[in-house]
Amino acid sequence: MTRMSWFNTVSLTLGFAFLYVPMLILVIFSFNDGKLVTVWAGFSTKWYGELMQNEAFLNAAWVTIKVAVVSSTIATVLGTMAAYVLVRGGRFMGRTLFSGMIYAPLVMPEVITGLSLLLLFIGIGLDRGVLTIILAHTTFSMCYVSVVVSSRLMTFDRSLEEAALDLGCSAAQAFRLVTLPIIAPAVISGWLLAFTLSLDDLVIASFTSGPAATTLPIKIYSAVRLGVSPEINALSTIMIAIVTIGVITASLVNKRQLVRQQRDEQAAVRS
Amino acid sequence: MTSPVFEPWNDPEAKPLIEFQNVTKRFGSFTAIDDLTIGIYEKEFFALLGPSGCGKTTMMRMLAGFDTPTEGAIFLAGQNMAPVPPNKRATNMMFQSYALFPHLSIWDNIAFGLKREGMPKPDIEARVDEMLRLTRLEKFARRKPHQISGGQRQRVALARSLAKHPKLLLLDEPLGALDKKLRQDTQFELMDIQEKTGTTFVIVTHDQEEAMTVASRVAVMDNGKIIQVSTPDRIYENPNSVYVADFIGEVNIIDGTVTPNGPDSYSVAWKDGQPPLNVISPTVFSDGQSCHLAIRPEKVTINAEKPADVDNVVQGKILDIAYLGNISTYHVELPSGVVIKAQSANTRRISRRAFTWEDTVWLSWTATAGVLLAN
Amino acid sequence: MRRFALIAAPYLWLLALFLVPFAIVLKISLSDYAVSIPPYTPQFDWATGIGAFLEKLDFENFIWLSEDDLYWKAYLSSLKIALISTFMTLLVGYPIAYAMARAPEEWRATLMMLVILPFWTSFLIRVYAWMGILSNEGFLNQFLLWIGVISEPLTILNTNTAVYIGIVYTYLPFMILPIYAALERLDDSLIEAAEDLGCSRLTAFWLVTIPLSKNGIIAGCFLVFIPVIGEFVIPSLLGGSDTLMIGKVLWEEFFSNRDWPVASAVAVVLLLLLIIPIVLFQRNQQKQQEADT
Repeated sequence: MTRMSWFNTVSLTLGFAFLYVPMLILVIFSFNDGKLVTVWAGFSTKWYGELMQNEAFLNAAWVTIKVAVVSSTIATVLGTMAAYVLVRGGRFMGRTLFSGMIYAPLVMPEVITGLSLLLLFIGIGLDRGVLTIILAHTTFSMCYVSVVVSSRLMTFDRSLEEAALDLGCSAAQAFRLVTLPIIAPAVISGWLLAFTLSLDDLVIASFTSGPAATTLPIKIYSAVRLGVSPEINALSTIMIAIVTIGVITASLVNKRQLVRQQRDEQAAVRS
Repeated sequence: MTSPVFEPWNDPEAKPLIEFQNVTKRFGSFTAIDDLTIGIYEKEFFALLGPSGCGKTTMMRMLAGFDTPTEGAIFLAGQNMAPVPPNKRATNMMFQSYALFPHLSIWDNIAFGLKREGMPKPDIEARVDEMLRLTRLEKFARRKPHQISGGQRQRVALARSLAKHPKLLLLDEPLGALDKKLRQDTQFELMDIQEKTGTTFVIVTHDQEEAMTVASRVAVMDNGKIIQVSTPDRIYENPNSVYVADFIGEVNIIDGTVTPNGPDSYSVAWKDGQPPLNVISPTVFSDGQSCHLAIRPEKVTINAEKPADVDNVVQGKILDIAYLGNISTYHVELPSGVVIKAQSANTRRISRRAFTWEDTVWLSWTATAGVLLAN
Repeated sequence: MRRFALIAAPYLWLLALFLVPFAIVLKISLSDYAVSIPPYTPQFDWATGIGAFLEKLDFENFIWLSEDDLYWKAYLSSLKIALISTFMTLLVGYPIAYAMARAPEEWRATLMMLVILPFWTSFLIRVYAWMGILSNEGFLNQFLLWIGVISEPLTILNTNTAVYIGIVYTYLPFMILPIYAALERLDDSLIEAAEDLGCSRLTAFWLVTIPLSKNGIIAGCFLVFIPVIGEFVIPSLLGGSDTLMIGKVLWEEFFSNRDWPVASAVAVVLLLLLIIPIVLFQRNQQKQQEADT
C-alpha cells in the first residue's frame, strides 16, 4: 500500500533516464542513413549490412566468442572447486594465501593484471595469441565464479550432504547427486558472469593478445579512438540486444519457476 | 466505606480525552474502519480486541497520525487531530516490533524523543535515568538493542515511548513477542506503570486474556466495527452477541426458539426430544423468536446422579476430558448429538477423580447461568 | 587424494597465473631499462644467486618515479578524480536506491533488473555512447542550443568533466546495489517510531535512515573508488590530453614508451596505494557479516 512520493518518482525517472537514454540514442542512430552519427538523415539498415561485410570485425567476433566460451567453462570448473575448498575444505596449508589469491584479482586494477600476465608469458616464451588470452581470462573470471558459488554454498544446508552420505553415497556421489543440482543456478550464473567478463574485457586482452589474435573489444577500441562511427553503433546495438534478450529471458524463467513453486506449495497445502 | 470507583464512562459530566466521531477509513475498496464513534477517557487503560484484520491496528495508527480518516474526525482533548502530523502529536506509540534504533544505545533510544523537544541536557539525563529506574534497566543503559533479551527490549520500548510524558500511549501488541510466562508477569508490570504514571493507555491485542487482565474497558471489534465496549467482567458475563461470547473465553451456544413464561423468564425449545430450558433474561424477546443461549462451561455442573431442584438438567455421555491441571473440561454428548462442555475444578488428586470416558453423567445449570442472545 | 586434487588444481593455477606474474612485475620493477627484447636487463638470475642480486639491487625506477612530477601528479590526480567521482556517484545513486527501496514490492524485482542490465552490457560500449552525446556537435550541445541555454557549443568531451560523467554512469550500479540492499532491510516502523518521537521527515531521514544505511554507503563507495583509481578506458576515451590517470600513464609507458621497468614500478606503487582502501573495505564487509549473524 506504499504510495510513491513525488520525490521518489522523480528520482527513479531521472535515474533510469540517465542509465538508458545514452544507450537508446546509440541504438536509434545505428539506423541512421547518414555518415554523421549526430544528425538524423532517415532510416536505414545499411550499417548493419556493412558490418556483415567487414571481415576484420567478424574475425574478431569469432575469436572473442571462442575465448569467452573456453575461458568461462574452465573458470567455472576451477572456480566451483575453489569455492568448495574455501567453504567446505576445512584447514589446509596455505589456506589464507589461497583465499587471498581468490579475492585479490577482484580488486586488482586490470592494467596490473594485464601487465603481470604479459610479463609472465614473455618470460616463459609463450607466444601471445588465443591461448594466452584464454589463460588470462580464466584466471580472473574463476575468482568471480568462486565468489558467486561460495556465497550460495554458505547458505547451503549441510545436513542434505550428510543425509546423502548416511544413505550410502560416497563423497563424490553426494556432490554429484545432491550438492551440484542444488547449487546449479549459482554455477550457471557464475558461468554467465565469466562469459560476459571475457566478452567485455579490453585491457587484459590488449596486454595478452598478439598480432595473430584480436578480440572484438580491441577492434572496437581502436575504431572508437578515432571518433564515433555508425558501424560501431550498429555493432553496439547488436550486443545490447543480445544482452537484453538474455537478461530478460533469464529473469522470466526465474519468475516462472518461482510462480510454479508457489503454486505447487499451495496445491500441497490444500490437498 | 467504599473507595471511589474509576468509571468516567458512566459519568455524564466527564469529557472523553479521545473522541472518534463517525470515523471511516478506506484503503482502496477495502473498508478498514466503518463509521465508528467512541470516547476514551483520561487515565483509562483501554483495550482494542479483535482478530487480525478487524481494524484495531488502523484505529491505533490513526491516533498516532500515520493514517488519516477518510471520513469523520478524531479529537484529542477537544482538538481535531486531522491536520497534526505524527511528530507534533502528544501521543506516543510502542511498536509491535518495538522499533528500537539498532545503531543507538538503550540510553540514546530513550533520550531520542527528549532530544527532539530541545530539552536541556541535565533534564534529559534526569528523565532518562528516571525511565531506566521505572523499567529496571539501569544496568543496560550503555548496551545496544541486540545485546539485551526480548523482555528487556520490550521495557526499553515502553520507557522510550513514556519518556516524553505523552497524554496518550498507544501499545501495538506490546507483549506479542514474549513467551507466555514472561507475558503474564509483564501484564502486571504494565498495569503498575500505567497506574504510577497516570497516562492514558490504548492497547491493541488479539489475546483476549491479555485484554481482560490489563484493561479498564475492552472494545471487541470485528470487520471495522466495535461490537461491544464494556468492562472485562461485563464483556465476559454479559456479552451482547454470539460473536463476543465466542471470542472471549469458552462458551456453549445452544440455538432455539423462545416462549415467554413470566416476567423476564423464558422457556427455550432447542432440540427435538429435549425438555425446554428455563432462562431468565433482562432482554425482552417475543414469542417464537429464534435465539442463542450462551453458557460458560464453568457454570455447568457435572454430576453422576441426577440432581434435584435445578432449573435445567440434561443427561449425556463423556466423550472427551481435557485435563488442564487446575481444571478439567468435559465434553459431554447428549442423545441428540449436541456436545456441551462442562468445567470443574480439580480440587482432588487425579487418582480420585470421579469421572472417566464413556461415563453417563448429568449436566445442570441455573436459569441465570446463561445469557440469551438474539444474534 | 581426491581432496588434494580438488585443492591443488585451483591453487596451482592461481599460483602460476596470479602470484608468479606478480613476482615478475616486482622483479622487473627493480631492473634496468635496455634497448632489447625483452626491453630490460634481468637483475635476478638463478645462476648467480640471491647474493649477486642483492648486491646490484637498486630502486632507481622508484627514484625516477619520485623525481618526475608526471607520476606524482598522475597518482594525485587519480586519487582526486576517484574521490570526486565516488562522491558524485553517491549523490546520484542514493536517491535512486532510496526510491527503489520505497517502491511497491511488486516493482522491485523489475527495478533491480533494470539496474543490473547495464552491468551486463559492454563497458566499452557504455563509455562509447557518451562520446556521441558529449562531443561539440553532440546531442547534449544540440539540446542545450535548442532550448537556448547556451549560444556556443560547450567543450565537454576530452575534459575531466566528461571523465566524471563517464565514471558516474558506468559505476552507478555498483553504488546503487549495496545501498538498496541496506535500505530494503530497513524496517518502516523505525522511521515511524522516529516521527512518533518528534522527528520531522527530514530529521528522521538524517538520524535513522542514513546511519542505518551506512554500511551500504561505505560498501558502495569502495566498490566505485577502488576500480576507478586504476581506470583506463574512461580517461582514454572521454578524457583529454591533460587528464592524468595512473592507469592511462601505465598503459602509455608500456605500449608507447615501451619502458617495462618503469611501467612495472608504476604498477607496484599503484598497488601499494590501493592496499589501504582494500583493507578498509574488507574490514567493513567483515563487520557487516558479523552484524548479520
